[in-house]
Amino acid sequence: MSESRVSVPNFGSTWHDAKLVMVKDLRLEWRSRVILGQVVPFAVLVLVLFGFALDPDRRVLTEATPGLFWLAVLFSTLLALQRAFAVETADGVTDALRMSGLDPAGIFLGKTLGIAIHLLALEVVLLAGVTLFYGATPHGPLLLVATCLAATAGLAAVGSIFGVLSSSLRVRDTLLPLLLLPTVAPVLIAASQAFAAAYADASGDGWRWFGLLAVFALLYLAIGIFAFEPLLEES
Amino acid sequence: MSSDHVDSTPDRPSGDTGRSGLLRVHPDGTASNGSRIFGILLLIAIAAFLAVALVISPADSGPDASENAMGDMVRIMYVHVPSAVACYTAFFVTAVASAAYLWKRTEGWDLLAAASAEVGVVFTALTLATGSIWGHIAWGTWWEWDARLTSTLLMFIVYIGYLALRGAILDPVVRAKRSAVLGLVAFANVPLVHFSVQWWRSLHQDPTISRFDPTIDGLKLFALMFGMLLGIAIYVWLMIHRFRLKYATAALESKGLDVALAERRAEAGADAYAAAVKGSNL
Repeated sequence: MSESRVSVPNFGSTWHDAKLVMVKDLRLEWRSRVILGQVVPFAVLVLVLFGFALDPDRRVLTEATPGLFWLAVLFSTLLALQRAFAVETADGVTDALRMSGLDPAGIFLGKTLGIAIHLLALEVVLLAGVTLFYGATPHGPLLLVATCLAATAGLAAVGSIFGVLSSSLRVRDTLLPLLLLPTVAPVLIAASQAFAAAYADASGDGWRWFGLLAVFALLYLAIGIFAFEPLLEES
Repeated sequence: MSSDHVDSTPDRPSGDTGRSGLLRVHPDGTASNGSRIFGILLLIAIAAFLAVALVISPADSGPDASENAMGDMVRIMYVHVPSAVACYTAFFVTAVASAAYLWKRTEGWDLLAAASAEVGVVFTALTLATGSIWGHIAWGTWWEWDARLTSTLLMFIVYIGYLALRGAILDPVVRAKRSAVLGLVAFANVPLVHFSVQWWRSLHQDPTISRFDPTIDGLKLFALMFGMLLGIAIYVWLMIHRFRLKYATAALESKGLDVALAERRAEAGADAYAAAVKGSNL
Protein backbone atom coordinates (compact mmCIF):
# COMPACT_ATOMS: atom_id res chain seq x y z
CA MET A 1 0.00 0.00 0.00
CA SER A 2 1.65 3.25 -1.04
CA GLU A 3 1.68 6.19 1.32
CA SER A 4 0.54 8.63 -1.32
CA ARG A 5 -2.86 6.93 -1.38
CA VAL A 6 -3.59 7.87 2.21
CA SER A 7 -2.35 11.44 2.09
CA VAL A 8 -3.15 12.60 -1.42
CA PRO A 9 -6.45 11.29 -2.80
CA ASN A 10 -6.21 10.67 -6.52
CA PHE A 11 -8.42 8.93 -8.98
CA GLY A 12 -5.90 6.23 -9.90
CA SER A 13 -5.60 4.92 -6.35
CA THR A 14 -9.40 5.02 -5.87
CA TRP A 15 -9.71 2.86 -8.94
CA HIS A 16 -6.96 0.54 -7.69
CA ASP A 17 -8.77 0.13 -4.33
CA ALA A 18 -12.06 -0.46 -6.13
CA LYS A 19 -10.48 -3.29 -8.14
CA LEU A 20 -9.08 -4.86 -4.96
CA VAL A 21 -12.50 -4.90 -3.27
CA MET A 22 -14.25 -6.11 -6.41
CA VAL A 23 -11.77 -8.95 -6.98
CA LYS A 24 -12.14 -9.94 -3.30
CA ASP A 25 -15.94 -10.16 -3.69
CA LEU A 26 -15.73 -12.07 -6.97
CA ARG A 27 -13.23 -14.52 -5.43
CA LEU A 28 -15.56 -15.01 -2.45
CA GLU A 29 -18.41 -15.75 -4.85
CA TRP A 30 -16.25 -18.09 -6.92
CA ARG A 31 -15.39 -20.09 -3.80
CA SER A 32 -18.81 -20.04 -2.10
CA ARG A 33 -21.09 -19.89 -5.17
CA VAL A 34 -23.95 -18.40 -3.14
CA ILE A 35 -25.21 -16.13 -5.95
CA LEU A 36 -24.86 -18.84 -8.59
CA GLY A 37 -26.17 -21.66 -6.44
CA GLN A 38 -28.94 -19.88 -4.52
CA VAL A 39 -29.86 -16.43 -5.86
CA VAL A 40 -29.96 -17.35 -9.57
CA PRO A 41 -32.22 -20.40 -8.97
CA PHE A 42 -34.41 -18.14 -6.79
CA ALA A 43 -34.72 -15.64 -9.66
CA VAL A 44 -35.75 -18.41 -12.07
CA LEU A 45 -38.25 -19.64 -9.47
CA VAL A 46 -39.78 -16.13 -9.32
CA LEU A 47 -40.31 -16.29 -13.11
CA VAL A 48 -42.09 -19.63 -12.71
CA LEU A 49 -44.23 -18.26 -9.85
CA PHE A 50 -45.28 -15.28 -11.99
CA GLY A 51 -46.39 -17.85 -14.55
CA PHE A 52 -48.55 -19.59 -11.92
CA ALA A 53 -50.00 -16.29 -10.69
CA LEU A 54 -50.87 -14.86 -14.11
CA ASP A 55 -51.78 -16.88 -17.13
CA PRO A 56 -50.39 -20.10 -18.53
CA ASP A 57 -51.41 -19.29 -22.10
CA ARG A 58 -48.48 -16.89 -22.55
CA ARG A 59 -50.55 -13.94 -23.84
CA VAL A 60 -50.56 -12.05 -20.51
CA LEU A 61 -47.06 -13.29 -19.70
CA THR A 62 -45.62 -12.03 -23.00
CA GLU A 63 -47.27 -8.64 -22.49
CA ALA A 64 -46.05 -8.35 -18.90
CA THR A 65 -42.54 -9.68 -19.60
CA PRO A 66 -40.63 -6.36 -19.15
CA GLY A 67 -42.20 -5.62 -15.76
CA LEU A 68 -41.92 -9.20 -14.50
CA PHE A 69 -38.28 -9.41 -15.61
CA TRP A 70 -37.34 -6.30 -13.62
CA LEU A 71 -39.43 -7.34 -10.61
CA ALA A 72 -37.52 -10.63 -10.55
CA VAL A 73 -34.26 -8.63 -10.78
CA LEU A 74 -35.34 -6.38 -7.88
CA PHE A 75 -36.22 -9.31 -5.60
CA SER A 76 -32.94 -11.03 -6.46
CA THR A 77 -31.06 -7.76 -5.88
CA LEU A 78 -32.29 -7.79 -2.27
CA LEU A 79 -30.83 -11.26 -1.76
CA ALA A 80 -27.58 -10.41 -3.53
CA LEU A 81 -27.20 -7.30 -1.36
CA GLN A 82 -27.86 -9.17 1.85
CA ARG A 83 -25.18 -11.62 0.77
CA ALA A 84 -22.74 -8.87 -0.26
CA PHE A 85 -22.99 -7.13 3.12
CA ALA A 86 -23.32 -10.24 5.25
CA VAL A 87 -19.75 -11.15 4.23
CA GLU A 88 -18.62 -7.68 5.38
CA THR A 89 -20.40 -7.71 8.74
CA ALA A 90 -19.21 -11.17 9.76
CA ASP A 91 -15.89 -11.27 11.64
CA GLY A 92 -15.69 -7.46 11.69
CA VAL A 93 -14.57 -7.18 8.07
CA THR A 94 -16.02 -3.65 7.94
CA ASP A 95 -13.59 -2.52 10.63
CA ALA A 96 -10.75 -4.27 8.82
CA LEU A 97 -11.68 -2.52 5.56
CA ARG A 98 -11.83 0.82 7.36
CA MET A 99 -8.43 0.33 8.95
CA SER A 100 -6.86 -1.04 5.77
CA GLY A 101 -6.31 2.49 4.51
CA LEU A 102 -8.37 1.89 1.39
CA ASP A 103 -10.14 4.92 -0.01
CA PRO A 104 -13.83 4.83 1.08
CA ALA A 105 -14.89 5.90 -2.41
CA GLY A 106 -12.82 2.98 -3.74
CA ILE A 107 -14.53 0.54 -1.35
CA PHE A 108 -17.92 1.87 -2.50
CA LEU A 109 -17.03 1.52 -6.20
CA GLY A 110 -15.59 -1.95 -5.58
CA LYS A 111 -18.70 -3.18 -3.78
CA THR A 112 -20.89 -1.59 -6.46
CA LEU A 113 -18.90 -3.21 -9.28
CA GLY A 114 -18.98 -6.60 -7.58
CA ILE A 115 -22.75 -6.43 -7.05
CA ALA A 116 -23.25 -5.16 -10.61
CA ILE A 117 -21.30 -8.09 -12.10
CA HIS A 118 -23.36 -10.55 -10.06
CA LEU A 119 -26.59 -8.85 -11.17
CA LEU A 120 -25.55 -8.79 -14.84
CA ALA A 121 -24.89 -12.54 -14.73
CA LEU A 122 -28.31 -12.98 -13.12
CA GLU A 123 -29.96 -10.85 -15.81
CA VAL A 124 -28.45 -12.99 -18.57
CA VAL A 125 -30.04 -16.08 -16.97
CA LEU A 126 -33.35 -14.23 -16.52
CA LEU A 127 -33.35 -13.06 -20.16
CA ALA A 128 -32.95 -16.66 -21.25
CA GLY A 129 -35.71 -17.53 -18.75
CA VAL A 130 -38.28 -15.07 -20.09
CA THR A 131 -37.52 -16.17 -23.65
CA LEU A 132 -37.99 -19.81 -22.65
CA PHE A 133 -40.98 -19.53 -20.27
CA TYR A 134 -42.84 -16.48 -21.61
CA GLY A 135 -41.92 -16.74 -25.28
CA ALA A 136 -40.82 -13.11 -25.45
CA THR A 137 -38.30 -12.32 -28.17
CA PRO A 138 -36.52 -8.94 -28.11
CA HIS A 139 -36.10 -6.79 -31.23
CA GLY A 140 -33.71 -4.12 -30.03
CA PRO A 141 -30.66 -5.96 -28.66
CA LEU A 142 -28.60 -2.76 -28.31
CA LEU A 143 -31.30 -1.04 -26.23
CA LEU A 144 -31.71 -4.22 -24.18
CA VAL A 145 -28.01 -4.39 -23.30
CA ALA A 146 -27.75 -0.63 -22.64
CA THR A 147 -30.82 -0.75 -20.37
CA CYS A 148 -29.41 -3.70 -18.43
CA LEU A 149 -26.07 -1.91 -17.92
CA ALA A 150 -27.57 1.44 -16.83
CA ALA A 151 -30.27 -0.07 -14.62
CA THR A 152 -27.78 -2.45 -13.00
CA ALA A 153 -25.35 0.40 -12.28
CA GLY A 154 -28.17 2.32 -10.55
CA LEU A 155 -29.40 -0.71 -8.59
CA ALA A 156 -25.88 -1.64 -7.48
CA ALA A 157 -25.04 1.95 -6.44
CA VAL A 158 -28.23 2.43 -4.38
CA GLY A 159 -27.83 -1.10 -3.08
CA SER A 160 -24.28 -0.45 -1.85
CA ILE A 161 -25.35 2.75 -0.07
CA PHE A 162 -28.34 1.11 1.64
CA GLY A 163 -26.45 -2.13 2.19
CA VAL A 164 -23.78 -0.44 4.29
CA LEU A 165 -26.42 1.85 5.85
CA SER A 166 -28.32 -1.13 7.23
CA SER A 167 -25.33 -3.41 7.79
CA SER A 168 -24.60 -4.63 11.34
CA LEU A 169 -28.19 -3.82 12.39
CA ARG A 170 -30.30 -6.57 13.86
CA VAL A 171 -33.23 -5.46 11.68
CA ARG A 172 -31.21 -5.17 8.45
CA ASP A 173 -33.08 -7.93 6.63
CA THR A 174 -36.42 -6.17 7.07
CA LEU A 175 -35.12 -2.61 6.82
CA LEU A 176 -33.20 -3.03 3.55
CA PRO A 177 -36.26 -3.79 1.35
CA LEU A 178 -38.23 -0.97 2.99
CA LEU A 179 -35.53 1.54 2.08
CA LEU A 180 -34.37 0.09 -1.23
CA LEU A 181 -37.58 -0.71 -3.09
CA PRO A 182 -39.24 2.75 -2.96
CA THR A 183 -35.93 4.39 -3.85
CA VAL A 184 -35.39 2.23 -6.93
CA ALA A 185 -38.99 2.72 -8.12
CA PRO A 186 -37.72 4.99 -10.96
CA VAL A 187 -35.42 2.14 -12.09
CA LEU A 188 -38.33 -0.31 -12.20
CA ILE A 189 -40.47 2.14 -14.18
CA ALA A 190 -37.74 3.24 -16.60
CA ALA A 191 -36.18 -0.20 -17.17
CA SER A 192 -39.60 -1.80 -17.72
CA GLN A 193 -40.55 0.89 -20.22
CA ALA A 194 -37.22 0.61 -22.05
CA PHE A 195 -37.61 -3.17 -22.20
CA ALA A 196 -41.20 -2.80 -23.42
CA ALA A 197 -39.86 -0.60 -26.24
CA ALA A 198 -37.12 -3.14 -27.02
CA TYR A 199 -39.60 -6.04 -27.12
CA ALA A 200 -42.12 -4.08 -29.20
CA ASP A 201 -39.46 -3.00 -31.74
CA ALA A 202 -40.00 0.66 -30.90
CA SER A 203 -36.51 1.46 -29.68
CA GLY A 204 -36.89 5.22 -30.18
CA ASP A 205 -39.06 5.65 -27.06
CA GLY A 206 -36.79 3.36 -25.10
CA TRP A 207 -33.70 5.55 -25.36
CA ARG A 208 -35.49 8.31 -23.42
CA TRP A 209 -35.96 5.84 -20.55
CA PHE A 210 -32.35 4.75 -20.90
CA GLY A 211 -31.42 8.42 -20.34
CA LEU A 212 -33.38 8.46 -17.08
CA LEU A 213 -31.62 5.25 -15.97
CA ALA A 214 -28.23 6.78 -16.75
CA VAL A 215 -29.06 9.94 -14.75
CA PHE A 216 -30.24 7.79 -11.82
CA ALA A 217 -27.06 5.69 -11.90
CA LEU A 218 -24.75 8.72 -12.10
CA LEU A 219 -26.59 10.52 -9.26
CA TYR A 220 -26.31 7.55 -6.89
CA LEU A 221 -22.72 6.79 -7.88
CA ALA A 222 -21.88 10.40 -6.97
CA ILE A 223 -23.80 10.21 -3.67
CA GLY A 224 -22.07 6.94 -2.80
CA ILE A 225 -18.59 8.27 -3.58
CA PHE A 226 -19.14 11.19 -1.19
CA ALA A 227 -21.30 9.50 1.45
CA PHE A 228 -19.37 6.27 1.99
CA GLU A 229 -16.80 7.84 4.27
CA PRO A 230 -19.25 8.86 7.08
CA LEU A 231 -21.04 5.53 6.64
CA LEU A 232 -17.88 3.48 7.12
CA GLU A 233 -16.67 5.46 10.15
CA GLU A 234 -17.56 3.82 13.44
CA SER A 235 -20.23 1.66 11.85
CA MET B 1 -41.00 13.72 32.33
CA SER B 2 -40.05 14.83 35.82
CA SER B 3 -37.63 17.66 36.34
CA ASP B 4 -34.89 15.69 38.06
CA HIS B 5 -34.45 13.45 35.00
CA VAL B 6 -34.04 16.29 32.56
CA ASP B 7 -30.76 18.07 32.74
CA SER B 8 -30.85 21.13 30.54
CA THR B 9 -27.09 21.57 30.84
CA PRO B 10 -25.65 18.10 30.23
CA ASP B 11 -21.89 17.79 30.38
CA ARG B 12 -21.66 16.39 26.89
CA PRO B 13 -19.11 17.44 24.33
CA SER B 14 -21.90 17.45 21.77
CA GLY B 15 -23.18 20.44 19.90
CA ASP B 16 -26.09 22.54 20.91
CA THR B 17 -28.10 24.60 18.47
CA GLY B 18 -29.31 26.96 21.16
CA ARG B 19 -31.15 26.72 24.41
CA SER B 20 -32.35 30.29 24.56
CA GLY B 21 -35.81 31.65 23.82
CA LEU B 22 -38.25 29.25 22.18
CA LEU B 23 -35.80 26.35 22.14
CA ARG B 24 -35.05 26.49 25.86
CA VAL B 25 -35.95 23.23 27.60
CA HIS B 26 -38.34 23.97 30.40
CA PRO B 27 -37.79 21.91 33.58
CA ASP B 28 -41.43 20.79 33.64
CA GLY B 29 -41.56 19.43 30.11
CA THR B 30 -41.29 20.55 26.53
CA ALA B 31 -43.33 23.74 26.87
CA SER B 32 -42.08 27.17 27.80
CA ASN B 33 -43.92 30.46 28.26
CA GLY B 34 -43.10 31.44 24.69
CA SER B 35 -44.35 28.20 23.17
CA ARG B 36 -47.47 28.28 25.38
CA ILE B 37 -48.41 31.75 24.09
CA PHE B 38 -47.62 30.55 20.55
CA GLY B 39 -49.89 27.55 21.13
CA ILE B 40 -52.79 29.67 22.39
CA LEU B 41 -52.44 32.01 19.40
CA LEU B 42 -52.45 28.92 17.14
CA LEU B 43 -55.70 27.66 18.70
CA ILE B 44 -57.35 31.04 18.08
CA ALA B 45 -56.00 31.04 14.51
CA ILE B 46 -57.32 27.50 13.91
CA ALA B 47 -60.79 28.58 15.08
CA ALA B 48 -60.67 31.59 12.77
CA PHE B 49 -59.39 29.40 9.90
CA LEU B 50 -62.24 26.90 10.35
CA ALA B 51 -64.74 29.76 10.28
CA VAL B 52 -63.22 31.14 7.05
CA ALA B 53 -62.73 27.77 5.36
CA LEU B 54 -66.03 26.13 6.28
CA VAL B 55 -68.50 29.03 6.62
CA ILE B 56 -67.36 32.43 5.39
CA SER B 57 -65.66 31.48 2.09
CA PRO B 58 -68.13 30.67 -0.72
CA ALA B 59 -68.59 27.26 -2.34
CA ASP B 60 -66.93 26.84 -5.73
CA SER B 61 -69.08 27.78 -8.69
CA GLY B 62 -66.45 27.06 -11.34
CA PRO B 63 -65.53 29.23 -14.31
CA ASP B 64 -68.67 30.94 -15.62
CA ALA B 65 -70.82 28.86 -13.25
CA SER B 66 -70.15 25.75 -15.38
CA GLU B 67 -70.90 22.14 -14.44
CA ASN B 68 -67.22 21.77 -13.53
CA ALA B 69 -67.82 23.52 -10.24
CA MET B 70 -66.70 21.66 -7.13
CA GLY B 71 -69.21 23.24 -4.80
CA ASP B 72 -68.54 22.66 -1.12
CA MET B 73 -65.99 19.98 -1.99
CA VAL B 74 -63.45 22.67 -2.82
CA ARG B 75 -63.02 23.15 0.93
CA ILE B 76 -60.87 20.03 1.24
CA MET B 77 -58.18 21.93 -0.67
CA TYR B 78 -57.80 24.27 2.31
CA VAL B 79 -56.51 21.30 4.33
CA HIS B 80 -54.87 19.27 1.55
CA VAL B 81 -52.63 21.96 0.06
CA PRO B 82 -51.36 23.30 3.44
CA SER B 83 -50.54 19.80 4.72
CA ALA B 84 -48.71 19.04 1.45
CA VAL B 85 -46.73 22.29 1.79
CA ALA B 86 -45.96 21.43 5.44
CA CYS B 87 -44.77 17.89 4.65
CA TYR B 88 -42.46 19.03 1.85
CA THR B 89 -41.15 21.80 4.11
CA ALA B 90 -40.53 19.25 6.85
CA PHE B 91 -38.56 16.88 4.60
CA PHE B 92 -36.64 19.81 3.12
CA VAL B 93 -35.67 20.82 6.68
CA THR B 94 -34.63 17.19 7.35
CA ALA B 95 -32.41 17.22 4.25
CA VAL B 96 -30.83 20.59 5.13
CA ALA B 97 -30.27 19.52 8.76
CA SER B 98 -28.78 16.21 7.53
CA ALA B 99 -26.35 18.06 5.27
CA ALA B 100 -25.52 20.44 8.12
CA TYR B 101 -24.88 17.46 10.41
CA LEU B 102 -22.48 15.86 7.91
CA TRP B 103 -20.70 19.20 7.69
CA LYS B 104 -20.65 20.33 11.34
CA ARG B 105 -21.06 16.96 13.14
CA THR B 106 -23.01 18.51 16.01
CA GLU B 107 -25.86 16.67 17.71
CA GLY B 108 -28.39 19.50 17.41
CA TRP B 109 -28.60 19.15 13.61
CA ASP B 110 -29.27 15.42 13.94
CA LEU B 111 -32.07 16.00 16.45
CA LEU B 112 -33.54 18.70 14.19
CA ALA B 113 -33.51 16.31 11.20
CA ALA B 114 -35.17 13.58 13.27
CA ALA B 115 -37.86 15.87 14.72
CA SER B 116 -38.66 17.29 11.30
CA ALA B 117 -38.95 13.83 9.71
CA GLU B 118 -41.39 12.72 12.44
CA VAL B 119 -43.62 15.76 11.97
CA GLY B 120 -43.27 15.42 8.19
CA VAL B 121 -44.53 11.82 8.23
CA VAL B 122 -47.67 12.94 10.09
CA PHE B 123 -48.33 15.70 7.55
CA THR B 124 -47.66 13.28 4.67
CA ALA B 125 -50.27 10.88 6.04
CA LEU B 126 -52.72 13.80 6.20
CA THR B 127 -51.79 14.85 2.65
CA LEU B 128 -52.33 11.32 1.30
CA ALA B 129 -55.66 10.91 3.10
CA THR B 130 -57.04 14.26 1.92
CA GLY B 131 -55.55 13.71 -1.56
CA SER B 132 -57.30 10.38 -1.81
CA ILE B 133 -60.62 11.96 -0.78
CA TRP B 134 -60.03 14.73 -3.32
CA GLY B 135 -59.32 12.07 -5.93
CA HIS B 136 -62.58 10.33 -5.11
CA ILE B 137 -64.44 13.58 -5.70
CA ALA B 138 -62.49 14.85 -8.71
CA TRP B 139 -61.61 11.63 -10.53
CA GLY B 140 -64.19 9.23 -9.14
CA THR B 141 -61.54 6.84 -7.78
CA TRP B 142 -59.83 6.69 -4.40
CA TRP B 143 -56.46 6.27 -6.05
CA GLU B 144 -55.16 7.66 -9.30
CA TRP B 145 -51.60 7.00 -10.50
CA ASP B 146 -50.98 10.69 -10.53
CA ALA B 147 -47.30 11.76 -10.34
CA ARG B 148 -47.74 13.92 -7.25
CA LEU B 149 -49.85 11.39 -5.36
CA THR B 150 -47.61 8.43 -6.25
CA SER B 151 -44.33 10.18 -5.47
CA THR B 152 -45.80 11.42 -2.17
CA LEU B 153 -46.76 7.85 -1.24
CA LEU B 154 -43.26 6.53 -2.01
CA MET B 155 -41.76 9.44 -0.06
CA PHE B 156 -44.02 8.53 2.87
CA ILE B 157 -42.69 4.94 2.84
CA VAL B 158 -39.05 6.03 2.56
CA TYR B 159 -39.42 8.36 5.57
CA ILE B 160 -41.11 5.61 7.56
CA GLY B 161 -37.93 3.66 6.74
CA TYR B 162 -35.89 6.67 7.91
CA LEU B 163 -37.66 6.60 11.28
CA ALA B 164 -37.21 2.80 11.43
CA LEU B 165 -33.47 3.21 10.79
CA ARG B 166 -33.26 5.74 13.61
CA GLY B 167 -35.12 3.37 15.90
CA ALA B 168 -32.78 0.47 15.06
CA ILE B 169 -29.46 2.11 16.01
CA LEU B 170 -28.57 2.70 19.65
CA ASP B 171 -25.24 4.49 19.29
CA PRO B 172 -26.17 8.19 18.84
CA VAL B 173 -23.14 9.01 16.63
CA VAL B 174 -23.61 6.05 14.26
CA ARG B 175 -27.34 6.79 14.16
CA ALA B 176 -26.72 10.43 13.34
CA LYS B 177 -24.30 9.67 10.48
CA ARG B 178 -26.38 6.98 8.85
CA SER B 179 -29.64 8.90 9.16
CA ALA B 180 -27.98 12.02 7.76
CA VAL B 181 -26.98 10.14 4.60
CA LEU B 182 -30.47 8.65 4.33
CA GLY B 183 -32.06 12.07 4.96
CA LEU B 184 -30.18 13.42 1.94
CA VAL B 185 -30.76 10.40 -0.32
CA ALA B 186 -34.48 10.31 0.49
CA PHE B 187 -34.95 13.94 -0.48
CA ALA B 188 -32.82 13.68 -3.64
CA ASN B 189 -35.04 10.80 -4.72
CA VAL B 190 -38.33 12.75 -4.60
CA PRO B 191 -37.90 14.61 -7.94
CA LEU B 192 -36.59 11.42 -9.64
CA VAL B 193 -39.68 9.46 -8.61
CA HIS B 194 -41.91 12.38 -9.55
CA PHE B 195 -40.52 12.77 -13.07
CA SER B 196 -40.40 9.05 -13.78
CA VAL B 197 -44.04 8.62 -12.74
CA GLN B 198 -45.00 11.68 -14.77
CA TRP B 199 -43.28 10.30 -17.89
CA TRP B 200 -44.78 6.90 -17.27
CA ARG B 201 -48.32 8.27 -16.95
CA SER B 202 -47.98 10.64 -19.90
CA LEU B 203 -47.59 7.56 -22.12
CA HIS B 204 -51.18 6.63 -21.45
CA GLN B 205 -53.01 9.85 -20.77
CA ASP B 206 -52.68 13.46 -19.77
CA PRO B 207 -51.26 13.64 -16.24
CA THR B 208 -53.90 16.12 -15.07
CA ILE B 209 -57.31 14.63 -15.65
CA SER B 210 -59.35 16.51 -13.08
CA ARG B 211 -62.97 16.79 -14.07
CA PHE B 212 -63.20 19.87 -11.93
CA ASP B 213 -61.60 23.21 -12.42
CA PRO B 214 -62.09 25.27 -9.28
CA THR B 215 -61.53 28.99 -9.55
CA ILE B 216 -59.47 30.04 -6.57
CA ASP B 217 -59.86 33.76 -5.99
CA GLY B 218 -61.13 36.22 -3.44
CA LEU B 219 -62.11 34.63 -0.15
CA LYS B 220 -61.20 31.16 -1.40
CA LEU B 221 -57.67 32.34 -2.16
CA PHE B 222 -57.57 33.94 1.28
CA ALA B 223 -58.68 30.66 2.92
CA LEU B 224 -55.98 28.74 1.02
CA MET B 225 -53.23 31.23 1.95
CA PHE B 226 -54.45 31.35 5.55
CA GLY B 227 -54.37 27.53 5.62
CA MET B 228 -50.82 27.41 4.25
CA LEU B 229 -49.53 29.91 6.83
CA LEU B 230 -51.35 28.00 9.55
CA GLY B 231 -49.91 24.69 8.32
CA ILE B 232 -46.37 26.07 8.54
CA ALA B 233 -47.14 27.55 11.99
CA ILE B 234 -48.47 24.21 13.27
CA TYR B 235 -45.35 22.53 11.86
CA VAL B 236 -43.15 25.03 13.75
CA TRP B 237 -45.10 24.50 16.99
CA LEU B 238 -44.84 20.70 16.70
CA MET B 239 -41.15 21.01 15.85
CA ILE B 240 -40.43 23.05 18.99
CA HIS B 241 -41.93 20.31 21.12
CA ARG B 242 -40.45 17.35 19.26
CA PHE B 243 -37.02 18.94 19.19
CA ARG B 244 -37.11 19.72 22.92
CA LEU B 245 -38.31 16.19 23.69
CA LYS B 246 -35.50 14.69 21.59
CA TYR B 247 -32.99 16.98 23.25
CA ALA B 248 -34.19 15.98 26.70
CA THR B 249 -34.19 12.27 25.72
CA ALA B 250 -30.62 12.53 24.43
CA ALA B 251 -29.59 14.29 27.64
CA LEU B 252 -31.29 11.60 29.72
CA GLU B 253 -29.64 8.77 27.74
CA SER B 254 -26.25 10.37 28.09
CA LYS B 255 -26.80 10.97 31.81
CA GLY B 256 -28.10 7.44 32.27
CA LEU B 257 -24.95 6.12 30.60
CA ASP B 258 -22.78 8.22 32.89
CA VAL B 259 -24.65 6.93 35.95
CA ALA B 260 -24.35 3.30 34.77
CA LEU B 261 -20.63 3.78 34.08
CA ALA B 262 -20.11 5.24 37.53
CA GLU B 263 -21.99 2.31 39.10
CA ARG B 264 -19.96 -0.28 37.15
CA ARG B 265 -16.75 1.53 38.08
CA ALA B 266 -17.81 1.45 41.73
CA GLU B 267 -18.54 -2.30 41.46
CA ALA B 268 -15.28 -2.96 39.65
CA GLY B 269 -13.49 -0.89 42.27
CA ALA B 270 -14.98 -2.98 45.08
CA ASP B 271 -14.17 -6.25 43.26
CA ALA B 272 -10.63 -5.13 42.55
CA TYR B 273 -10.22 -4.16 46.20
CA ALA B 274 -11.57 -7.57 47.30
CA ALA B 275 -9.27 -9.34 44.84
CA ALA B 276 -6.32 -7.30 46.02
CA VAL B 277 -7.09 -8.16 49.65
CA LYS B 278 -7.49 -11.83 48.72
CA GLY B 279 -4.24 -11.76 46.74
CA SER B 280 -2.30 -10.27 49.63
CA ASN B 281 -3.58 -13.04 51.91
CA LEU B 282 -2.23 -15.79 49.66
